[in-house]
Parts: sequence; C-alpha cells; structure tokens
Amino acid sequence: MQSSRFDSPLTPYFLLLPQMAIIAVFFLWPAAEAIWSSFFLEDPFFGTRTFVGFENYVEALSSADYRRAAWFTAIFTLIVALGSLALGMWLAVAADNVLRGRSAYKTILMWVYAIAPPVAGLIGVMLFDQHIGPLVDFVGLFGHEMKVGVNWWDTAIAMMIVATWKQIPYNFIFVLSGLQSIPNSVREAAAIDCRSSVRRFWTVIFPLLAPTTFFLLVINITYALFETFGIIDLMVKGEPGNNPKTLVYKVFLDGFRGNDLGGSSAQSVILMILVLVLTIAQFRLLERRIHYK
Amino acid sequence: MYRDRLRDHLVLIVGVIVMMGPILVAITTSSYDRVYIHNHGMQIGWGGNFLETYRNVLFYKGGFSGEVTGALMAMNSAILGIGFAVGKIVVSMLAAYAIVYFRFPLGTFFFWVIFSTLLLPLEVRILPSYEVVQQMGLLNSYTGLILPLIASATGTFYFRQFFRSVPDELVEAARIDGAGPFRFFIDILVPLSKTMMAAIFIIMFVVGWNQYLWPILITTDEHYFTLVRGIKQVLQVYIGADIPEYNEALAMAILAMLPPGLVIVVFQRMFIKGLVETEK
Repeated sequence: MQSSRFDSPLTPYFLLLPQMAIIAVFFLWPAAEAIWSSFFLEDPFFGTRTFVGFENYVEALSSADYRRAAWFTAIFTLIVALGSLALGMWLAVAADNVLRGRSAYKTILMWVYAIAPPVAGLIGVMLFDQHIGPLVDFVGLFGHEMKVGVNWWDTAIAMMIVATWKQIPYNFIFVLSGLQSIPNSVREAAAIDCRSSVRRFWTVIFPLLAPTTFFLLVINITYALFETFGIIDLMVKGEPGNNPKTLVYKVFLDGFRGNDLGGSSAQSVILMILVLVLTIAQFRLLERRIHYK
Repeated sequence: MYRDRLRDHLVLIVGVIVMMGPILVAITTSSYDRVYIHNHGMQIGWGGNFLETYRNVLFYKGGFSGEVTGALMAMNSAILGIGFAVGKIVVSMLAAYAIVYFRFPLGTFFFWVIFSTLLLPLEVRILPSYEVVQQMGLLNSYTGLILPLIASATGTFYFRQFFRSVPDELVEAARIDGAGPFRFFIDILVPLSKTMMAAIFIIMFVVGWNQYLWPILITTDEHYFTLVRGIKQVLQVYIGADIPEYNEALAMAILAMLPPGLVIVVFQRMFIKGLVETEK
C-alpha cells in the first residue's frame, strides 16, 4: 500500500468520474435490468410486463433446447480449453528447447492471436466447405464425407477445431514466457538428475508451470464460453437451425431473434453466476500463488 | 543447456504449418477468381486476380447503399481500435490514480464497484446493454460503439498494480518540491508509465479492432461498419449467390487481420510484456 498520499477532498472524485459514469450507465444499469427482467414475462407487441417469479428460469432450464445447448457448451468448452492448452504448451516447450530460429518460430506462431474470432470462423467455413474445402477432401480420404452445417457432429467438430486453433497462440505465449522465467540452474540440476527429457518435463518443469497452467485453464474456459461467439455465428452462417450452439449464442438468438426478453435475461443471469464462480476460482488461485512466492 | 534437436524442430514446423497454413491458403485462394475457386476448390498456387480482387474490396464494393468501401470499413476499424485503446487508457489511468494516491472515504467502495465489472463480460448482458444504448440514441454512432466497451475495468486494475509498484519516495520528493497532485501526475507518473501505456495500447488496439458482437448489434448503418463487422455481411452474400464471391470474402478476412497482426509482430516485445503482465 502507498503510505504517502494526497489529501485533497474533491480531486479523487473528479478523477473517478469518467470511469464511474461509464460503469453506471453501461454496466450497472444493464446488469440490474437483466436481473430485473428475468423475473418478468414481457409482451413484445404491447410492451406489458407480468411478474412471473422464477418461471423464466424453470422454463429455460427445463427446455430440451437449452439442455442440448448446455451439454454442447460443456463438451465444447472442455475440448477447446484443454486442447489449446496442450497444443500451446507442446509448441512452447519445443520453442524453448531450440536455439536456432527460435524468434522466427515465435513470431509466426503468435500471428493467429491477432485474428478476430469471426475472421477465423470465415476461414473455417471455407476450409470445411462442401464444394471448395480442402479439409473436407482430406477427411474424405478416410472415407467420411463431412457435412459441416448439415450434420450436427461434423459441425460441432469443425467449430471445436477452429476455436482451438484460434486460442493456441495465447497459450503458447504464456507458457513460453513461463518457461523462460524458470532459472537455468533448475534446468541444469534437472538435466543432471534425469536423462529422459519427457520425464524431466513432467516431474520438474510441469509442476513449476502449474500456476500458469491454472491461469490459462480459467482464461481458456472464459474464451470458449464467451469469445467464441464470432466463430459460431460464422460457422452456422447466422442460421443456426439444428446446428450446435453455445449458451451465449442462445442468449443472443432468444433475445434478438426470438424476442423472448425474460427468457434471454434468465439465461444471462445463469451465465453471470457461472462467470462469478470462475472469477472466484481464479482469484483464489491468484492468492495462493502470491502466498507461495 | 540448449541443444537443437530434430524432434523439437519437427514439432515446431508442424505447428507452423497448422497455424499459418489456413492463412496462406486464404491469401493464395483470394488471388483466383470466384468461378475458378468454385470449380477447383481452394488453391495453393497463385492466380492472376490478386490486385483486382483487393482493389474491388477496398474501393469499389458497394454494400446495400452502394457507398461503402473496404477502405471506409478499415477506417472505422481503426477508429474503433484506437478510440477504444486511448479511451480505456485515459479513463483507467485517472481512476487508478485516484484509488492509489488519494485518501478519501469512498475509496474502497469505488474500488469494489470497479472490480465488479470484471464479473460480467458484455456477452452476458448484451440485450439490456443494447436497450440502454438505444434509449440514449447512440445506435449507429462511434460513441455508442466505443463507450460501452470501455466499461470493463481491466485497464484500471492494471494501472493500479503498476502505480503501487512506484516507490513512495517519489511522491514525498514531489510534495517537498511543492508539486500538487496534478503536477505529480503529469510530470512524474505519466512519463514513468510510458512503456506500460504503450504495451496496453497495443493489446487494447487489437481487442478493439477485433470486436464483433457489439458492432453487429449497434451498427445497422453501413457507414459505421468495421471490417470485422463487414465479415458478417460478406457471409450474407455467401448464402444468397449461386457462386459466392469466395475471393472477395477471403480478401476481406485478410485485410481485417493484417493491421492487428502487423502491430503485434512489429511491437512483439512490448506486446508480450503487456499481455503477460496485465493478465496475471
């Protein structure tokens, strides 16, 4: 904590004014509105509201469509979070080992970070296109005709591949910087004790990376839940039909296409609770890490 | 300690192919014309249509109103990216300065309010946020596009962390020299934060440039479309046409990824520093 501070009675309020104004108007108000309207049934034509208590929640949670989306979101999140972590880590370990060309590899592997999810989605749509997609041809070699956008599983897998691909650079950057902060003396000691580099990784390096790994898992889960919106929107070409969709995408669809304000708000609130849990988990990890440092 | 092993290079080369392959194929395919792509699939070679496609996308492409070009969208993207980054830096630096360097009764309260914004990303409160912006008459405006995105407090936390690492002696010295809070901020804190400001600018520029969900809600007037927002429009064409304009869609994708990509590659060191230190 800063011990020496300024004592002017009004200045801090002026300094905080812009931030607080933006938060109040664009954050607190909408968040309160979401919670409030999740307890009402709204008629989009007459603008009337009826208080329905938890009915929107019950309806959302018990609808088959919501459960399907929740189930897909769970699998999607698990695979994207673990997949991008594993692949990013694998590449980072390799990049950390080599001397020649390291910075070139690093630069190239970072590039995809800069790509917006919908742009990644568009390239994905093309690569998995029935007519022109080379990946469809490739899978065809193994005797399976991929029908992305028609077949549920094919679409789901294509989405997971694109979403994982987009998140690899983030994991790569963090693991690599984590690896480079491990002192050389530790590596040398480990190298003397253990000849096998694979075992050395799992017994020495991986435990040292544990804080980074946990941090990345939380970030990856948040990414898979929320930031993949653009990928999904593009890959279902804006027309989800029976295609797999995540919970966030469903909030968007029900709110803006279905005009189901109460239902969409109830789903928002459920997601808010999910984010709350994730954030608490993240902060507890952070605390523990500071504790051990 | 470091030995180059073939296995590591193999892993990295496969990684490079997987990560860059789709982008290279997108670039090369965009150099063919759409009929060729439709008949022969995506291409690895080099077609003769490159310049024409990009010129079309950048300068002639009409949209619904016939007035919107890729160049205009690129300008909108730049406005969003730079506006978001600058806005976020200014707002959050001021707030962090108040929280760290002033003693005032509601300090902790404000800190927790700002903190609470980290709990709810825009994606989970899109509908009510949209309604607020609509009621304020800010649909189809740069203000409506940028301001709500600044509401999250990541920047404030980052500057708070940084300010707390600035030694106390500096404040004391400044006070002895008779500098008030304003002087101290301008003459000492801002110069000290320069690298950090640059690092956060790079990250926020990329984040702002790449916004998608918020722009598709807020902008219906094509004059405010960003490149990334325009991708959705391209898709609509994709669905309708007999032979979609694959080449122009891909050209748009390439144009949309080029500026943020160049920024992180050119300012690589600063970018990594900013990313790793802000998010931790």
